[in-house]
Amino acid sequence: MLFFSSSLYISMYCLLPDFKLSNAYNFNLTCTKAASIISSRSMDFPSTLFVPSRTMGTYEPIHQIGLWGENFKSIGSPNISPSVIFDVANKLENESETTSHELLAPSSKYDQEASKPFDKIQRRLAQNREAARKSRLRKKAYVQQLENSRLKLIQLEQELERARQQCLYAGGAIEVGHLGISGALNSGITAFEMEYERWMEEQNKQICDLRSALNAQISDIELHILVESGMSHYLELFRMKSSVAKADVFYVMSGTWKTSAERFFSWIGGFRPSELLKVLVPQIDPLTDHQILEVCNLKQSCQQAEDALSQGMEKLRETVSATLASGQMGQGTYLPQVAMAMEKLEALVNFVNQADHLRKETLQQMSYILTTRQAARGLLALGEYIQRLQALSTVWANRPHGPAKLTVENVR
Amino acid sequence: MEKVMRLVSENGLVIFSKSSCCLCYALKILFQEIGVTPTVHELDQDPEGREMERAVMRLGCNAPLPAVFIGGKLVGSTNEVMSLHLSGGLIPLVRPYQSISN
Repeated sequence: MLFFSSSLYISMYCLLPDFKLSNAYNFNLTCTKAASIISSRSMDFPSTLFVPSRTMGTYEPIHQIGLWGENFKSIGSPNISPSVIFDVANKLENESETTSHELLAPSSKYDQEASKPFDKIQRRLAQNREAARKSRLRKKAYVQQLENSRLKLIQLEQELERARQQCLYAGGAIEVGHLGISGALNSGITAFEMEYERWMEEQNKQICDLRSALNAQISDIELHILVESGMSHYLELFRMKSSVAKADVFYVMSGTWKTSAERFFSWIGGFRPSELLKVLVPQIDPLTDHQILEVCNLKQSCQQAEDALSQGMEKLRETVSATLASGQMGQGTYLPQVAMAMEKLEALVNFVNQADHLRKETLQQMSYILTTRQAARGLLALGEYIQRLQALSTVWANRPHGPAKLTVENVR
Repeated sequence: MEKVMRLVSENGLVIFSKSSCCLCYALKILFQEIGVTPTVHELDQDPEGREMERAVMRLGCNAPLPAVFIGGKLVGSTNEVMSLHLSGGLIPLVRPYQSISN
């Protein structure tokens, strides 16, 4: 924290009249160097220098001059050359011209006060206030930026520590120089989780709408709009998943963003389409004979496609395993094997995309086979099924240790 | 290109694949499930493999392998084949090439 507060009070020095000279100097000392120099002098600084930006912007020229003047003297010129001042501080100095001008000759301002016209003074005061306000806002933005950078730094340090520990455990010499990439991974995942939360809220809203629409016996045309929204909402989810799969396919495979019961049924990063059909079809009775036949064929095609993909996945696991296990073990070296396995593993993204494609196609085919009303009931059933799975996860997580009791409280 | 065209005209059901590709393997399993035995040409085992892959892409297959040709015409990659199968269009298309035992 000392690093950040150092730069804050460095920026205050620019407001001193003498520091206008600093414009002419080259500022080549780095922030850390300056921070270490100044922090070593921290005992000299009164605690008021650490006050939040709000009070720093207040117009109190005399008080501030006295304070800063003393401390500037106590620092002494040999150790703090003007080259310590930063561009940021410089900017603040340039744009708070009015304020520093006032600091330059506070006494003269007060002497002339009575002789100046009233509105000129008012205007000058207003300008000062404006400059001070802008200065405060800039300071706030700068601090915010620093805080964000600090958090990012902590996050990266944690990543590095985790990666280092993995290396130590493995006993290898893998270079852990991919912090930039893992930073991007995390932001891709964070973005997805935020989007998913919004997606889920919208989903639940749509389910309510469907429920009331079906109960209210609205027209097919209006129902069609709801069905179309529902379908495109799922397409949106597949688009989101495809995007995050590119960033981290294992994240999608693990289904971390879903509840535990949903994950229990996970197949290559999502629902198994044939299982979906098993859940939906009884809810959309009655079906015509033709529809029954088509749904039957769809179910069979789904199952065949799923089997094919499952076997492909199995082959992928075997390939990766065989690649990792190749060569001699016991020497502690494994870089070539890991590199080869990496290449094989890239196929996983294709499998996840293919599985999602299958899910998408199943939904689309169902929408072709069914009438609007049936499709609406199907979407409602699907939505409610997911809600039940989520409720199951919650109840399971909160179950008392002992015989499970389904009371009204823990089913909420 | 000629080799590609020759292969697809000589055989009703052709898959251009790579022996190391697991998605290609999945597609081969799918055809097995529906009772057909396609002619599989492993491009990684063919010295002209790279050119053939480029030729296939020029013919319109924009996804990477596998590439499926039925009756001399390009059907597409895994996406297209899966969509076709789910819509019920794959089986009629391969019926002429189904093995007699099925």
